[in-house]
Amino acid sequence: MREPIIEFKDLTFRYDAQKNPTLKHIDLTINRGEKVLIVGLSGSGKSTLGNCLNGLIPFTYHGEMSGSIKIKGKETRESSIAELSKMIGTVLQDADGQFVGLNVGEDIAFALENDNVELDKMHKAVDEVAKLVDMQDYIEHSPMELSGGQKQRVALAGVLVDDVDILLFDEPLANLDPATGKTAIELIDDLQKKTDKTVIIIEHRLEDVLWRHVDRIVLIRDGEIILDDDPDKVLASDILLESGIREPLYVSAAKFAGVKITPDMHPSDIKRFTLSEDDKKKIFDWAKTHIETPVDDREILLKGEDLRFSYDGKKTIIDGVSFEVKKGEMFAIIGKNGAGKSTLSKLLVGFEKEESGKIYLEGRDIKDDTIYERGKEIGLVLQNPNQMICNTMIFDEVAYGLRNAHIDEDEIKERVEETLKICGLYEMRNWPISALSYGQKKRVTIASILVMRPKIIVLDEPTAGQDYRHYTEIMEFLEKLNNDGQTIIMITHDMHLMLEYCDRCFTLVDGKIYFEGRPSKALVDKEVTEKANLKMTSLYDLANIVKMDPDDFTQSYINAERSMRHAGN
Amino acid sequence: MRETKLFAYVDKGTFVHRLSGLTKLVCFLLLTLATMFTFDIRVLGAMVVLSIAIAIISKLPFKRYRAFIAYILVFLLFNFCLNFLLAPDYGENLFGTRHELIVFTEFYTLTLEEIFYQLCKGVKFLVILPLGLLFFYTIHPSELASSLNGVKVPYKVCTVFSLALRYFPDIQRDYTNINLAQQARGIDTSKKAPLKNRILSFTKVLIPLVFSTLDRVDLISNAMELRGYGKDKTRTWYSFRKLERNDYIAIGVCILVFIFVLVMRFVVVKDLFWNPFI
Repeated sequence: MREPIIEFKDLTFRYDAQKNPTLKHIDLTINRGEKVLIVGLSGSGKSTLGNCLNGLIPFTYHGEMSGSIKIKGKETRESSIAELSKMIGTVLQDADGQFVGLNVGEDIAFALENDNVELDKMHKAVDEVAKLVDMQDYIEHSPMELSGGQKQRVALAGVLVDDVDILLFDEPLANLDPATGKTAIELIDDLQKKTDKTVIIIEHRLEDVLWRHVDRIVLIRDGEIILDDDPDKVLASDILLESGIREPLYVSAAKFAGVKITPDMHPSDIKRFTLSEDDKKKIFDWAKTHIETPVDDREILLKGEDLRFSYDGKKTIIDGVSFEVKKGEMFAIIGKNGAGKSTLSKLLVGFEKEESGKIYLEGRDIKDDTIYERGKEIGLVLQNPNQMICNTMIFDEVAYGLRNAHIDEDEIKERVEETLKICGLYEMRNWPISALSYGQKKRVTIASILVMRPKIIVLDEPTAGQDYRHYTEIMEFLEKLNNDGQTIIMITHDMHLMLEYCDRCFTLVDGKIYFEGRPSKALVDKEVTEKANLKMTSLYDLANIVKMDPDDFTQSYINAERSMRHAGN
Repeated sequence: MRETKLFAYVDKGTFVHRLSGLTKLVCFLLLTLATMFTFDIRVLGAMVVLSIAIAIISKLPFKRYRAFIAYILVFLLFNFCLNFLLAPDYGENLFGTRHELIVFTEFYTLTLEEIFYQLCKGVKFLVILPLGLLFFYTIHPSELASSLNGVKVPYKVCTVFSLALRYFPDIQRDYTNINLAQQARGIDTSKKAPLKNRILSFTKVLIPLVFSTLDRVDLISNAMELRGYGKDKTRTWYSFRKLERNDYIAIGVCILVFIFVLVMRFVVVKDLFWNPFI
């Protein structure tokens, strides 16, 4: 009999600012040493559930709470955040923001400092924990010198230093590239095996978490737990998809092909996924009917020629990059953090000037255009919409660029309304922006660029931190724009995104282009994925199981997926 | 991303660099405070020699601060001219004698006393300037907070300093991004635009900056609270360096200097100024 460590009993919670409860009648028991994955859409209440555990609810976020949550037998509301932090360590989504120290050692030591631990003991403890997460060689490094994955290791060390029993990860994969995310999941798994801690992962990127075994999947929808079961059983059902959670690609491919998934096929683990000969043939035949390589004979819109750039004149960030983007293309720039993706996009929109090389738009050298002139042709949408929005009303925000150009108000009205209609914001045109959700704000920022009628839109991580439903919403919107002829360039490390929506991509590795071509080709190529910190798609493994060329198989999947999506619209 | 460094701290490994941050802070405070107490040019002269000597020992790169030092000198000169215009007789009143050097009018006469008075003031800057530069040049940013806490500044105030150092580069980077993105939408923050428009444009950059910074503040305060920040009246500091022999020597010397200045001021001279004219 395992000992329960967390017990929710009929827990209901309503935030003070909200009318309806965010969590409704939650009953959930987690045992010591268990590894539980909590999935759900943004707004489903899964983060609220996490906040109930670490004490941010009810101590920082106030509201009405009924029922009970006990951690190690103790009612949380009779405890305090500080006391709870000794039992449950929280690793937040944004590893950069929560890095409070000026260097790694200081950040790991933060909890000990607050405990008045004396210096010698503190240094010893920090060294030990740093070793546990393999960061012992970086003690003196500042956050600016670390990668996203390293910052997350530091955050993890910062809670491990307290010797907590429970580790709570709030969307640990949101800001990591695929390869780093995979390593993070491995690290969490190894750590749990070594220390026998209870692990709770809140995440909507199901396939990535399932890279290592989890004991249970808990699905939350509209504040209620609607499923709490073994991963194999969960994947065999269709309930995830119905709840807006993306299934692993190999599972959806099998389902597309009409294979009936049962728990004893071990669908939660591609390495153990077993298919009968009959099922294999079904998948093979299905894939065969969808092979078709798209032809592309569109004219060239944007062309970069041997671009070079460095910030300090010493370290080359962009090192001889040449590329072509065709008119009407949906194009992805991929690569790991620090490979030069963002810098390249800044060169394109003129925020930075290349040291050598040329950029041509429709054959015209655009070197001498000002930022504003460039902005009218190539518009950039920043990752965080809050960094772009500077007006209080939606209409004004979208009209802003036009007003700066002193276009007459009648024409502005016409163009803004037209754009708002395209973006599905027309009904809300007189709303204040503060009333919008994150995804809607994102759409406002896209609209505010679109209204300038740029030839190309560049989007920096358009779907970062979005769950599958909102992601699909944003991407389908962009796809619609693209189908209407808008050329779109995206910087992303989301593999699904580029696989499903992009015509072409190139990967940047250390400032150079390493691969250029169809995404389906990049993601089944071991060398490319390794160099660019990507992950081989699980379709590759499935293709091997059914004995088909992985590139063809992946392309078939994309084709099938796209035609289904269009049929659905 | 362009690297931004607020403090150009480089560990040169000199005697001063190796001292604990607390020592640096205490010595800095003692020596500046001592300077405040006196206008005695003999004492100040000795202090100038001392502070420049320390600056040389710790390899302070005077060249890098050239512009700053020049600015201070110009300021001093300007200050002198202004003083002379408003009260050219201040020196003679102070010292009770009148040695005329150049007579412009009867009121505007440059006296030796006036020059001596201005010299006393100027020398003070010469003491404090290298000390101030030295302090920020040799203290490791993460030691600043623990040192302040060491001289009994409440730790929450100290944390503000260290958080400011931590997040300043991030916010600066946000500002650059926002500013460029707004320029791309036609805001003109350059010098070509009229002042009124520039102020208006600036608020359009400020709004997104404030909102995205508020998001960050929320996150940071949660992250800190979740790791037990603020529950006790005291806290320890990982980057605090314990005081060693050299620290005690340095502090001892500074205390001696401080006492020497007080003795000169209140026992020997018993006046703010040393008067060479009588």
